Amino acid sequence: MPMNLLTFRGGVHPPHNKHKTEHLALIKARVPGLVIIPLQQHIGATCEPVVKVGDGVKLGQKIGEPKGFVGAPVHSSVSGKVVAIEKRPYPGGGMVQSVIIESDGLDTLYENIKPVGKLENLTADHIKSIMREAGLVGMGGATFPTHVKFSPPPDKKIDTIILNGAECEPYLTSDHRLMVEKPEDVVNGIKAMMKAVNVDKGYIAIEENKPDAIKAVTQAANGEENIKVVTLKVKYPQGAEKQLIKVCTGREVPSGGLPMDIGVIVNNVGTAVALACAIDTGMPLVERIVTITGSGIKEPQNLIVRIGTPFADVIEQCGGLEEGIGKIIQGGPMMGIAQYTMEVPVIKGTSGILVLKEEDLELAPELPCIRCGKCVDACPIGLIPTKLDGFASKGMLQEAEEYNAVDCIECGSCSFVCPAKRMLVQRIRLIKADIMAERRKAKQA
Amino acid sequence: MGYGNLIVSSSPHIRSEETVQRIMLDVIIALLPATAASIYFFGMRALAITITSIVAAVAAEAVIQKIRNKPVTINDGSAVITGLLLALTLSPAMPLWMVAVGAVVAIGIGKQVYGGLGCNPFNPALVGRAFLIVSFPVHMTTWLSPVDGVTSATPLGMIKMEGIKTGYMELFIGNVGGSLGETSALLLILGGLYLIYRGIIDWRIPVFYLGTVAAMTMVLGHDPLFHLLAGGLMLGAFFMATDMVTTPITPVGRIVFGIGAGVLVVIIRLYGGYPEGVLFSILLMNIFTPIIDKFIRPRLYGEVKAK
Repeated sequence: MPMNLLTFRGGVHPPHNKHKTEHLALIKARVPGLVIIPLQQHIGATCEPVVKVGDGVKLGQKIGEPKGFVGAPVHSSVSGKVVAIEKRPYPGGGMVQSVIIESDGLDTLYENIKPVGKLENLTADHIKSIMREAGLVGMGGATFPTHVKFSPPPDKKIDTIILNGAECEPYLTSDHRLMVEKPEDVVNGIKAMMKAVNVDKGYIAIEENKPDAIKAVTQAANGEENIKVVTLKVKYPQGAEKQLIKVCTGREVPSGGLPMDIGVIVNNVGTAVALACAIDTGMPLVERIVTITGSGIKEPQNLIVRIGTPFADVIEQCGGLEEGIGKIIQGGPMMGIAQYTMEVPVIKGTSGILVLKEEDLELAPELPCIRCGKCVDACPIGLIPTKLDGFASKGMLQEAEEYNAVDCIECGSCSFVCPAKRMLVQRIRLIKADIMAERRKAKQA
Repeated sequence: MGYGNLIVSSSPHIRSEETVQRIMLDVIIALLPATAASIYFFGMRALAITITSIVAAVAAEAVIQKIRNKPVTINDGSAVITGLLLALTLSPAMPLWMVAVGAVVAIGIGKQVYGGLGCNPFNPALVGRAFLIVSFPVHMTTWLSPVDGVTSATPLGMIKMEGIKTGYMELFIGNVGGSLGETSALLLILGGLYLIYRGIIDWRIPVFYLGTVAAMTMVLGHDPLFHLLAGGLMLGAFFMATDMVTTPITPVGRIVFGIGAGVLVVIIRLYGGYPEGVLFSILLMNIFTPIIDKFIRPRLYGEVKAK
């Protein structure tokens, strides 16, 4: 088994910029006065609210139930009163129906929340139902409902679970601190996941620049023969699902396929800890670790934040904003989403709030491609980004499809390295969406 | 709320420091030793030719962009490189007005007619040189000896026409007849190594280009070291066959390009009418660049389609 400093083809080396927060211990953020809990914090169907305006709710109480199988319930992260159910700005873009709860500051626990029992006594189905009832989704940012991931069709035999602790996005240190401070939960989480699909191979993959996390998790996994801690070379996008699978197992997800097609399920370390916590205490996913950092933040920190806390509230607890800010980003600088308002809430997928000053964002004008090939060297998938850029600019869908535009994982490495500052991944995203729309149309016809 | 207008745009939100301008600057830096050597060997004539060529190229770029009503981009440094490269391929005996004509053709017909930087299929400097060879064949093949300044043949000319071989050391240092920049293999290699170190050019092109020339001349019973050091091969291998715009974009494509150009040089040098074949080997391979890029693509992750 190859174990040391594994990596993948392509990739880039953006400056880490993790030094401001990587050694800061987790701190609990104060209980927010008001939370905005979107009824859709996951890929899939929006939840139906199960509370009404005026209802009293308690901490951990379910307030939204998904309509379909692909979805995850949402829970109240405070105790208090529902003051509105309406559309609010959502950090993933657009407006989403949200339950707004005024906190009474008491954190009265919902009665049904109690420890589930020992993992040894739980069946696979039981673990999967805990995943669902706790509202678990992929906490790396993709927010795919966890219980759905763990319910593959019967013909897909899963044999490997990978926990993603790479945290290759610059600036972010939430997974890093989580692994340093809660390594036992990380290991308990992967054990529960392995039991849920009855597999005996587990990997916890961590980038080399987090030696304290590697040490802590390795110690916690001591004696667990089926769990291997894998040290990865520091390179972006090391934590991309496909790259991680290749590194740990040597397998490649087929083009157009899913990890389960090759027997693998990948989860963020945060999801594993949330599962361990749900088993230990019965508490659903109502808080998460958020790294608040960047040149525009006065006192960068790693905070444990209640889901639904407005960005403005969180930023205020970090000393507020510096002068001359340019962007407020949910997530990291490579794949995060720029926000137009600080009224958006922290959701299950919010790994970081990155605030950059305007001066950090100055971008030279886009020049013609000089065909230097740096995007080709950087693409971890083996695409020719500049070619796709050309096709996308001209709306040449067929050609873009032939050049595998839909295989793009949108990591942004191409745009990062481009000396001509071309909007490569940005245009590929657009043509990808167009191709998918065409495919859907063709399917319907 | 106390915050002004937030910028909202699609990720990534950070970019590398690298710029087109910096790449061009690196190429110019890499060419400086060879340029300085040409001035050392051939004196003020070399300096005058270099300056004329650069000024004419930059002026042509600016004027044509003005006429086309496009932003003037002479600051990107690409026209400076074209002018400099063209100068380095010319004889020190070349009249200055011909130099200027060559530079204007290089930029005008070699680059701007296609739409400017990034759009040209052929290396502009080589287009300029090809134009000059066809238009002024006598001036383009009258060479001076750096030792006494009198007319002399190039090492490749001497071996082709008279069967006289120049010594390796003279070829390596550059104390031989020839164009401004092709004389000193040593300084060209230094410049090329700098570009490889800086990640500007792909080592594959010079290695496979030079390697093919060495292997093929050896197989055909000629002196490989002489052929590597003589003529414009070093200049071509490190500075022209590596021109990003006109060569393949994938690593494997660049290997194909290097081998193809190497084969063509040897064929032209040994069996063609010209003593030197670097110019045409690169221009001919430039023609093949689009088709190489069409058929040679990087391996796709997960290439097997899902069941």
